[in-house]
Amino acid sequence: MSLSTEDTPAAGGTRTVEIDSHTINFGPQHPAAHGVLRLVLELQGEVVERADPHIGLLHRGTEKFIEYKTYLQSNPYFDRLDYVAPMCMEHAYVLAQEKLLGIEAPIRAQYIRVMFAEISRLLNHILNITTYALDVGATTPSLWGFEQREALLEFYDSTSGSHYHANYFRAGGVVKDLPPGLTDRIAAWAEQFPKFVDDIERLLTGNRIFKQRTVDIGIITAEEAMAWGFSGPCLRASGCAWDLRRSQPYDVYNQIDFDIPVGSHGDCYERYLVRVAEMRESHKIVKQCLAQMPRGPIKVQDSKIASPTRADMKRSMESLIHHFKLYSEGYHVPEGSTYTVVEAPKGEFGVFLQADGTNRPYRCKIRSPGFAHLQAMEKLSKGHMLADAVSIIGSLDIVFGEIDR
Amino acid sequence: MEAFLASPFGVLIITALQTLAMLVPLLIAVAYMTYAERKIMAAMQMRVGPNVVGPLGLLQPFADAAKMLMKETIIPSGANRALFILGPMLTFMLAMIAWAVIPVNEGWAIADINVGILYLFAVSSLGVYGIIIAGWASNSKYAFLGALRSAAQMVSYEVSMGLVIVTVLLCVGSLNLTQIVLAQKTVWFFIPLFPMFIIFFISTLAETNRPPFDLAEGESELVAGFMVEYSSMTYALFFLGEYANMFLMSAMTTTLFLGGWLPPMDITPFNWLPGPIWFILKICLCMFTFVWVRATFPRYRYDQLMRLGWKVFLPFSLIWLVLTAFVLKLAGWLPA
Repeated sequence: MSLSTEDTPAAGGTRTVEIDSHTINFGPQHPAAHGVLRLVLELQGEVVERADPHIGLLHRGTEKFIEYKTYLQSNPYFDRLDYVAPMCMEHAYVLAQEKLLGIEAPIRAQYIRVMFAEISRLLNHILNITTYALDVGATTPSLWGFEQREALLEFYDSTSGSHYHANYFRAGGVVKDLPPGLTDRIAAWAEQFPKFVDDIERLLTGNRIFKQRTVDIGIITAEEAMAWGFSGPCLRASGCAWDLRRSQPYDVYNQIDFDIPVGSHGDCYERYLVRVAEMRESHKIVKQCLAQMPRGPIKVQDSKIASPTRADMKRSMESLIHHFKLYSEGYHVPEGSTYTVVEAPKGEFGVFLQADGTNRPYRCKIRSPGFAHLQAMEKLSKGHMLADAVSIIGSLDIVFGEIDR
Repeated sequence: MEAFLASPFGVLIITALQTLAMLVPLLIAVAYMTYAERKIMAAMQMRVGPNVVGPLGLLQPFADAAKMLMKETIIPSGANRALFILGPMLTFMLAMIAWAVIPVNEGWAIADINVGILYLFAVSSLGVYGIIIAGWASNSKYAFLGALRSAAQMVSYEVSMGLVIVTVLLCVGSLNLTQIVLAQKTVWFFIPLFPMFIIFFISTLAETNRPPFDLAEGESELVAGFMVEYSSMTYALFFLGEYANMFLMSAMTTTLFLGGWLPPMDITPFNWLPGPIWFILKICLCMFTFVWVRATFPRYRYDQLMRLGWKVFLPFSLIWLVLTAFVLKLAGWLPA
């Protein structure tokens, strides 16, 4: 903070004192920066005059890597984008491939994918809501939330063998069927989950301090939100009922009954409320998936795309060759391009694939919702106080894995 | 022997011993408060808390202290060295000297001075200097913002706190802390002055920079606020000072509103316990509430905290003060 004093011998001997704004580096090492966000804040006292988000500190060149890997080998990269909801990222990628390959996953696989996409959404929203509460100073919700997240990650673990980076979805289905007993465990978990949401709501929704910290902070209207490229809960909180699961359903979303919570005011509090309501909806979807899931194959029966079973490989020469070819050369995707989107927990997550007929994509462009949300940081936080900037970052749900890619 | 004890040297020795008898248990209590806080918070958050060092983790405070002592004291190159070190010392010292006037039992105060409450108020107000000095001397923007917040916060809350104390004084007619406690023989003041008790408790939260008023630290905004540049023992002194201040504020609440060392009723099962035990139990209750609040509430924003202080607490305590004076006067209850 600099204080420049000018002695002007004006009438009455007044002095003009000019107080410059001061700049602070909010991050990249900062407890509320949600990863490696570097936010250059220009402050007048504590009021934010300019917020300049800097990106690139977690840039790994994912898109370029993907051009040098076979389609199958790139799958794990998607787990590492939005590492809070890995399977939703995979979902977009496998749907894009399926569109180019002209195949459709079997019904059971679609149900499994929808169920795990919703489990991922829950993972994301639990983490976001609770760390958001942590950002405004409430420590308890995050620790309660981690218990639920752990339960959900156990389901990840059971199906894919990995807690976070599942690498479970495949073009044409999923890699393997659900292990025995998992559906019962998920059903048991679903029994107690609503109580957890109630508990969190009891701590936060009606809490006066929480409301004072979030209501009317970072308001964005529906038009502005669309102009800034918002999507997902951030857009819906502004009153725009736009949900890709409903407007262009993929997999079996069209056979599932769920509501789309919509806000009206577009402030931090409503973004929180929309996420809480979405958690209840996701819970509903998971339960419906469990009830409706048919028996049957979990991947397409085309050995040029989906690997044959291990049992087959032991008996049939053909299967062994297919397996070898798939895991070395990979499958070839016919020439064409597609932009495929899914409703990821954070918003519209899109994959643009340009295939040139070989086993590797010519170009893979990823559209991450967080990137669009982060750019509105300046607009949202201007004129608010430093503490509000923290609330706004929390409510935008920023994960740097997908922003920097 | 009598003559020796009455000589200046004898008085000095006795005072030193009294001081030790007060400070050593206090410091041990502070150490175990950090443990208790972590355990209580853990229970509220469905965790286990410290459980590795010693049985049930009971040696954790000593492990922490040892760690702090081993670390290097880093003084930033841009900092004002003298003030940088003075800040934590001041905070810690002020948190300690205030205990001189706290009566643990009838006649158990090191200095039973007639203006005890004024002394307490003055010392606790001085506490802000430690924070401002630390924030300024660190030569860091985060620390400076934290110090500014802290200064504004302390001023806002001391005003209404002062009015609360005046209300109590009206009912007692003395500034002596022992007299204040003895005046609560019939009824503890938190019953007739309940709203003031609440305001006082909330003000003590603000005064000690505890959540939901921990803006000076403001972990998610200012990282650690005024103590962001501190490490090792300089940091530990702040930490000890904060917890000693919490104890002090609890002792003040106990003395002013919860009847100090007095049992709830002067009948058989209650007056079996000696006075100091009651005093400690009441402090524990206050401290538990401090931790409970921390685990429950989010943090206020800087301007909201000021608004609460100036626009809610100040007018309210002012009105209540006048009201109390009226009632006392009209009912003829004014102390002689």
